[in-house]
Amino acid sequence: MRLGIVAEHRGETRVAATPITVEKIRKLGYDVVVERGAGAASSLPDTAYADAGAALVDAAEAWAADVVLKVASPTDDEIALLRPGAVFAALLSPAHSPELLAKLAARGVTALALDAVPRISRAQSMDVLSSMTNIAGYRAVIEAAHEFGRFFTGQVTAAGKVPPAKVLVAGAGVAGLAAIGAASSLGAVVRATDPRPEVADQVASIGGHYLAVDAPVEHSADGYAKATSEAYDRRAAEIYSEQARDVDIIITTAQIPGRTAPRLITADDVASMKPGSVIVDMAAAQGGNVEGSVADERVVTANGVVILGYSDLARRLPTQASQLYGTNLVNLLTLLTPGKDGVLTIDDDDVVQRAVTVARDGAVTWPPPAVSVSAAPAAKPAQTAEPAASTAPPDKRMSRTARRGLITLGMAALFAICAFAPPPLPEHFLVLTLSVVVGFYVIGNVTHALHTPLMSVTNAISGIIIVGAMMQLMVPSVAVQILAAVAVLVASINVFGGFAVTRRMLSMFVKGQQK
Amino acid sequence: MTAAAVAGAVAGAAYIVAALLFILSLAGLSKHERARGGVVYGMIGMTIALIATLWLMLAGAWGEPSAMLGLILLVVAVVLGAAFGLYKARTVQMTGMPELIALFHSFVGAAAVLVGWNGALHDEGVAANLLGIHHAEVFIGVFIGAVTLTGSIVAYLKLSAKMSSRPLMLPGKNALNIGAIVVFIALTVWYVVTPQLWLLVVVTVLALALGWHLVASIGGGDMPVVISMLNSYSGWAAAAAGFLLNNDLLIVTGALVGSSGAYLSYIMCKAMNRSFISVIAGGFGIVAPSAGDAEQGEHQETDAASVAHMLEAASTVVITPGYGMAVAQAQSAVADLARRLIERGVQVRFGIHPVAGRLPGHMNVLLAEAKVPYDIVLEMDEINDDLADTDVVLVIGANDTVNPAAAEDPGSPIAGMPVLRVWEARQVVVFKRSMASGYAGVANPLFYRDNAWMLFGDAKERVQDILAAL
Repeated sequence: MRLGIVAEHRGETRVAATPITVEKIRKLGYDVVVERGAGAASSLPDTAYADAGAALVDAAEAWAADVVLKVASPTDDEIALLRPGAVFAALLSPAHSPELLAKLAARGVTALALDAVPRISRAQSMDVLSSMTNIAGYRAVIEAAHEFGRFFTGQVTAAGKVPPAKVLVAGAGVAGLAAIGAASSLGAVVRATDPRPEVADQVASIGGHYLAVDAPVEHSADGYAKATSEAYDRRAAEIYSEQARDVDIIITTAQIPGRTAPRLITADDVASMKPGSVIVDMAAAQGGNVEGSVADERVVTANGVVILGYSDLARRLPTQASQLYGTNLVNLLTLLTPGKDGVLTIDDDDVVQRAVTVARDGAVTWPPPAVSVSAAPAAKPAQTAEPAASTAPPDKRMSRTARRGLITLGMAALFAICAFAPPPLPEHFLVLTLSVVVGFYVIGNVTHALHTPLMSVTNAISGIIIVGAMMQLMVPSVAVQILAAVAVLVASINVFGGFAVTRRMLSMFVKGQQK
Repeated sequence: MTAAAVAGAVAGAAYIVAALLFILSLAGLSKHERARGGVVYGMIGMTIALIATLWLMLAGAWGEPSAMLGLILLVVAVVLGAAFGLYKARTVQMTGMPELIALFHSFVGAAAVLVGWNGALHDEGVAANLLGIHHAEVFIGVFIGAVTLTGSIVAYLKLSAKMSSRPLMLPGKNALNIGAIVVFIALTVWYVVTPQLWLLVVVTVLALALGWHLVASIGGGDMPVVISMLNSYSGWAAAAAGFLLNNDLLIVTGALVGSSGAYLSYIMCKAMNRSFISVIAGGFGIVAPSAGDAEQGEHQETDAASVAHMLEAASTVVITPGYGMAVAQAQSAVADLARRLIERGVQVRFGIHPVAGRLPGHMNVLLAEAKVPYDIVLEMDEINDDLADTDVVLVIGANDTVNPAAAEDPGSPIAGMPVLRVWEARQVVVFKRSMASGYAGVANPLFYRDNAWMLFGDAKERVQDILAAL
């Protein structure tokens, strides 16, 4: 099948495929055509696409392909360019644009919404939202750093001591974690809030400090944060007010799918911030987490706080964004092209494929039936396993009394043998007992790495049985002598082989050069 | 004093010196710096013991008709044995160490059986009041030797893949084992009362069968414990021969080897969270069928080039090898990878699980062969707490030793076994041939973690691909 990469318009800087992903798409069996200038805004020249094996064509031809890949949602004019029966993939935000889906369905197009990939482990490699918000989170910190008049990292210089910047990140989802990572690697002190207490470890793992809100919350079942309870909101508001007075930079990332973004920072909080502080409201386009933020605008408040409401943060890193978007698309195409023969098929029984398909055969197929993330069902077996665990361990280990009993029994047996056996048995037992104890203590602190050489040396030493066999060699009975000779033979293999192989092994152990 | 009496006294003194040297040898082997000296002590001890014994046997029997034949047999046997042993030691591949050691154990077992039989065939010179004890000693010596012999042979066959490494599951296996021991005790009593040769044949066959069954019912993954257990048994076999022959050197040496082998098995058991007693009894190979065999999610696959990128970006890398590395002979490639990364300024360390491989310390030997400096090869306890701060962990041919189920799922058959907590690292790359479960037969949830990537194929080829892509 013929696959077209079309150019973007209206400020979209990304492109649906890079030369690298074009190559991967061609390996799936597709003929790739790229509209001239499609990658220009992402610093990807036409020649690079041509080198990757794509044909460069004009807009009409690219739109007429069997499969069309795009980033931003299409205009009516662009939909008219699509061939009926074609497959069209882009960011369609199906929840917010029913008319667009209807138009695509009316055109007879199979529409794939890349922002409708379900949040399950298997689909992670296709999750465009995750990869874009990851970029946005990073860019939010860069934008804040650009506006902020000081260093992020604390320094002690000849010109005096500089304290580190304090950053608060509200919401530790993909964007929040990316922001925490970027800010902490710039050297700032980073704090983070999130209604899901289970993210505390993730926050800590990338250098942030998690601020817990001690109030009950609902657990999330689909990987996204849910709306919060009233008691929780009250306590959280107090935390935000406290933090606003203290921190230099606030980055808010809180969004709830299908609803307006929650209001986290009030106008009073903003007013309490130090002049020169920066707020990046990543949810400005969805209503804003910060009172006073305006989508796609830079606002400066009366007390000198800068509020950035950019909604195009991912687009401000076009090369990176195109690369990740393109890779996500390749992963989706790989799933949709099981034969690697350039034939795109959609399997309705597969939850991922079903979820991204928002229009097909003239009908809108959004929303898909609900799916749950794999983490939820796994919780059930863990609960049933618990009672089993309490019964299993006891029969594995001996009880203390049993062990003591066994030791006492052994001692008594040894005593009985030595007390009643005729000589030379007691002397032999004395030697045996002492040797056992010596053996334990000598081996007690062996380095793990030397277990094998130790074993092969003990192996050689246990060839000492050759001594016994040698004595029997002199017995005046040919049968015994032959048996003894065989014993000497096998034992001497052990003695010579064992020592030789141990030496060979030990000669290999080298210590690294002292640095 | 006759010549024989002098020789006896000198031999006795020589045996004490030899026993002391053996103790020093084992003590030396517990530290890297003194290990080579330890081997030298052992060799000197062995030489002293052999020369003293040679003198003793010549002084005792010189001039008798049997002496000449004995001497010829001795020379022939020692020359043949030494030639074969040295040849094996020279040519063995380091990945084949477990098989070789298992084979060597079987030789000690065979020698013990033969010495025991000889003790039965020739019991002149044994005082009448000690005859009963002598018979019992014969029986015990033959029994332990025969168990060691077949047990080691089965271990050898399993390790060299000449026999399936799946555990043999006979119905009532524990009853079979206990039954064999009860029959052995009964036969011993019978033999002490009326010594007849056919009883000795029966007990030999019984012990051979028991040794076979003990090890056949243990799965391949438990081999490190089995090998050190057989090491211990071979020591006890030598000690039993010492009782039979009234030879203190054999008792001392046998007890040293026996207890050190038992101690090693104990360390292995702790590393696998198993009961020591049940291992010694051989009934520990039973692994309950795993409860959660169901699909646990989807794994993510990656390729060599992506792993190379991941490694280039990493500042700390930990490599945790397992038996798969030995099977693929990948140790040199892995060592090259480690060297290249170190040259790039990456901190590379190896994390070795105590039961990784099929022999205690197996991985250390392989890495030493590939010239990996031993101070970057760390034990599980030394590395485990650092794994959370590690950028990339490469799991090369290990499975059960990195299974999070052991730490997190109390219903898992390997629950409580200490494991390398590789899943705490930022990224984990698992080199594996397929999605099959490990020797314990337990599914590994690690593969389905979000930070885990599967790299399928032969470990050596994949590592070489990564080297090419770096």
